[in-house]
Amino acid sequence: MAAVKQSNVSDEVAVEINNMNKWYGSFHVLRDIDLTVYQGERIVIAGPSGSGKSTLIRCINALEEHQKGSITVDGTILSNDLKNIDKIRSEVGMVFQHFNLFPHLTILENCTLAPIWVRKTPKKEAEEIAMHFLEKVKIPEQADKFPGQLSGGQQQRVAIARSLCMRPRIMLFDEPTSALDPEMISEVLDTMIELAEEGMTMLCVTHEMGFARKVANRVIFMDQGQIVEQNEPEEFFNNPQSERTKLFLSQILGH
Amino acid sequence: MTTMTDPPKASFQLSMLIYDTRYRSYTFQFIALALLIALMAFLGINLIKNLAEQGQDISYSFLGEPAGYDINQRPIEYDSQSSHMRASVVGMINTLIVAFLGCITATIFGVTAGILRLSPNWLVRKLMAIYVEAFRNVPVLIWILIIFTIMTAVLPAPNAFRGDNATSSMFLNSVAFTNRGVYIPTPIWGPGSMVVVLTFLASVFGVFYYRHYATKLLYDTGKLLPTGWPSLAILVVPTLLMFFILGRPITLDYPALKGFNFQGGLHIRGSLIALWFALAIYTGAFIAENVRAGIQAVSKGQTEAAASLGLRPKRIMNLVILPQALRVIIPPLISQYLNLTKNSSLAIAVGYMDLTGTLGGITLNQTGRAIEAILLLMLFYLTISLAISAVMNVYNNSMKLKER
Amino acid sequence: MVQEHFAFVRSDMLPEAPPPAAETGIVKWLRENLFSSTANGILTVVSVLVVYQIVTSAAPWFFNGVWDSPSLTACREILDGKTGGCFAVLSERWNQLLFGFKYPSELYWRPGLAFVLLFIAAAPLLFGNIFPRKMLIFTGLYPFIAFWLIWGGPVSTPIFALLGVLFGAFVYSKMVKTSAGIAVVVSFVAALVFWIVSGYLSGPFANVMALEAIPSRDMGGFMINLMLGVICVSLSIPLGILLALGRQSSMPIIKWICVVFIEFIRGVPLITLLFVANVVLAYFLPPGTNFDLILRVIIMITMFSSAYIAEVIRGGLAALPRGQYEAGDSLGLDYAQSMQLIILPQALKISIPGIVNVAVGLFKDTTLVSVISMFDIVGMIRGPILSSAEWNGVYWELFGFAVVLFFITCYGISQYSQWLERQLQTEHR
Repeated sequence: MAAVKQSNVSDEVAVEINNMNKWYGSFHVLRDIDLTVYQGERIVIAGPSGSGKSTLIRCINALEEHQKGSITVDGTILSNDLKNIDKIRSEVGMVFQHFNLFPHLTILENCTLAPIWVRKTPKKEAEEIAMHFLEKVKIPEQADKFPGQLSGGQQQRVAIARSLCMRPRIMLFDEPTSALDPEMISEVLDTMIELAEEGMTMLCVTHEMGFARKVANRVIFMDQGQIVEQNEPEEFFNNPQSERTKLFLSQILGH
Repeated sequence: MTTMTDPPKASFQLSMLIYDTRYRSYTFQFIALALLIALMAFLGINLIKNLAEQGQDISYSFLGEPAGYDINQRPIEYDSQSSHMRASVVGMINTLIVAFLGCITATIFGVTAGILRLSPNWLVRKLMAIYVEAFRNVPVLIWILIIFTIMTAVLPAPNAFRGDNATSSMFLNSVAFTNRGVYIPTPIWGPGSMVVVLTFLASVFGVFYYRHYATKLLYDTGKLLPTGWPSLAILVVPTLLMFFILGRPITLDYPALKGFNFQGGLHIRGSLIALWFALAIYTGAFIAENVRAGIQAVSKGQTEAAASLGLRPKRIMNLVILPQALRVIIPPLISQYLNLTKNSSLAIAVGYMDLTGTLGGITLNQTGRAIEAILLLMLFYLTISLAISAVMNVYNNSMKLKER
Repeated sequence: MVQEHFAFVRSDMLPEAPPPAAETGIVKWLRENLFSSTANGILTVVSVLVVYQIVTSAAPWFFNGVWDSPSLTACREILDGKTGGCFAVLSERWNQLLFGFKYPSELYWRPGLAFVLLFIAAAPLLFGNIFPRKMLIFTGLYPFIAFWLIWGGPVSTPIFALLGVLFGAFVYSKMVKTSAGIAVVVSFVAALVFWIVSGYLSGPFANVMALEAIPSRDMGGFMINLMLGVICVSLSIPLGILLALGRQSSMPIIKWICVVFIEFIRGVPLITLLFVANVVLAYFLPPGTNFDLILRVIIMITMFSSAYIAEVIRGGLAALPRGQYEAGDSLGLDYAQSMQLIILPQALKISIPGIVNVAVGLFKDTTLVSVISMFDIVGMIRGPILSSAEWNGVYWELFGFAVVLFFITCYGISQYSQWLERQLQTEHR
């Protein structure tokens, strides 16, 4: 735990969000978001449902379009240019709540698909990389099975490995443990902690406050499309400033 | 390290038409539209050239000219001096007649067969499976031709009914099956018959009212009235009473053999019967599958849940299974009606004068106005299809299960 | 009061006992399946009577049948007043029923061989997990081989056609990075140009491995039904995929072009489209072009079935969760890649039973061409055979034959589709 905390955060900017706004029709989902993520940071985004936290990280790899403000990922401005979008997506990995593995492909094929077709890695090399990461998430023996044959926790670990195969500089996690049975949550969190220890830049939307305390170097609390409070985890949990944060924490930590 | 507060205002470049998400979709839509216009222009120019070459034009004036041909089934007044327009209207009505009759009959066949396919009786189940598979897997055109052959080549000629030692006789002395068609009695509406009809209609409303009242009584007081036999009584008794009180105002006109043919009664042509029954049996087989699938789609758990609440089998069916099954059954049922209506255009194979036979058949051949006639023909069917789909959409939206 | 003697220990285990007689064997089966209630009993009796009636009237007709006789009158003489079918019409005219009345009889082996090869070509498509993937190469070549066998002519025609397709595919693979939609259009144009150019080049090869050419108007019988069914379904699947993708598109113009096309085609009966092929289509082609009727019919039937297949595939696309599209996007796959690698393989798999149903329906509908005076099996029966002096009046034998042919084919295909559905339900679960 201490190891994670001390891992050095560089002063190189990974993601820079300036005054970003997004609307669904007339509904203002994200309001004046300003956020700078440094290389090596582990940020946990918390907040009630509908607060826009998922939308925020989905904007970072252009799954959602923002209407105002700017997002810069690793020096590339997220514009309407398809080439920029492609570049950003190949550098940003994403893990979904419902895994979204491709059910018609084996685990190995799931992992090699994007390296082969997007990165143009030779198949053999792509498979070696895939096996490396599957070993890392501790399921190399499942490589030839289909997603439907795996448990939820295993599927989510495969989804993490699939993203890692693209060698992303930044990983986005969109409630990665919300769809899991309780006994499977820890195996996924362990994988994420390991990733954090290696210095991966991570943005996690999650309700796992234990994980936030242990791993995050910054916790962001969002409500009604705005960043309400951000702080180091110790401070955030022990000494919340805003009333909304206090209420939220009392609700999720209350029992 | 780059941090920018504003995306640079890049000057417009040609490559942005393809790579910029703002313009990309416009580019493609523009290309698609251009291709479409080019195709239309190509076809249009060819059409104009071909028409000019053959000295033809596009004109609908032929619709006003006398048709000059007879139609054997005339639901409205028509003779060979009537216009092509009128001939088309006759054809349209004939299409609607056979489609209407076919849909009703197909529903009866289909629902019966579908329910019997789930019967506990092994033999009945198998027979219905044979019916469904046999009719679904053979072209409807062949069934139409087979029934038409029965109607024309197997049934006796009218003169077989003649004389003392006639080889054929009328069914119940009132229906004659001949190779020129079927003759059935028609009602003659005498004075006072309106009263009987009105009484009957009132009884129908009475039945609905009685059932409504029974339900209300159940909700209010918990008293359960029988609904089966009282409904039947309300439906039949007043009408019969009125019929006899008024001295039987409605009588039947029986067909009778006069000269070479039957006179009187209603003459249903072999072509109509062939088309009607073939379409009904064929479509019925599909409907049977829909009905079966619909009932089976309601999970066994629903039956068990209802049974565990103490409901009896008949009530489980009426209150739990059917309301859910109907949601599944009705949409495909409506599209089967649509198929039946479209298949009724096969009338042309047996000489039934529907719209395809008049406008798309004889009118087209006589006037040579192929493009106009076929366009009108397509518009007619398209209108029916769109109307039915509109009805279906309304139904689907109203029946959608309320879900989060 | 508390019971005093409830304690109990079993000293010897009970052996398995047979159920009561009423619960076993044929008695139980009969009671449960045929006579479970009075109403059921009545139904059973009625059914037995119906079956008895049908069997007793059909059996003598079938078993007394005459298989060898030159005409109906001769056949009736042989029967001498007894009930019996004149199946002689089948043994005498089977070739017309299957191949039409003009296809040269010494060349029947060619469509016959094409028919047999069809099974080899279709096997890896229908039973993908049993047959090796390499067989798909033959499947790809099959259309060209079958064309050569059935229509004849120099071998250069199908080879150039194949090269055109390969050229189109090559252009597609080069263009697809920019945009999948444009790539489809351009590669189609490229193949078309290739074919037109190769038409001028094929002169010198006119006699190389040339089979005797058979014009399509000489073809007929059940062969036409099979050909139309197979050709139109296989052409309409790619077209249906494009239409379905177009209908799902976020670009309104493209979406509406597809919607209008699909709804128009689905709203009119096939027979009106066949009328178009018969009398109208020629007006829309450049003056002087002369497509033969069968080609025009293939065009119209393909359009017809592609609209229906598009709707089936649209259902398959809609059944996929949004997450599949998002996962593809987040990995950086472009539209063409995510369609080709992720979405379509799954959507098509779900759609196969629906596509097979459309195919069966279409195959049955090929009999409609008899209405525009093409001599498919129904056209042969109604035309040349029933109007011939020898066989005027043999309805049941001929219709029965057509019914049996269609039933075997369609029932077989629909059984396959049901088997596939069961496979899909159990797979990866």
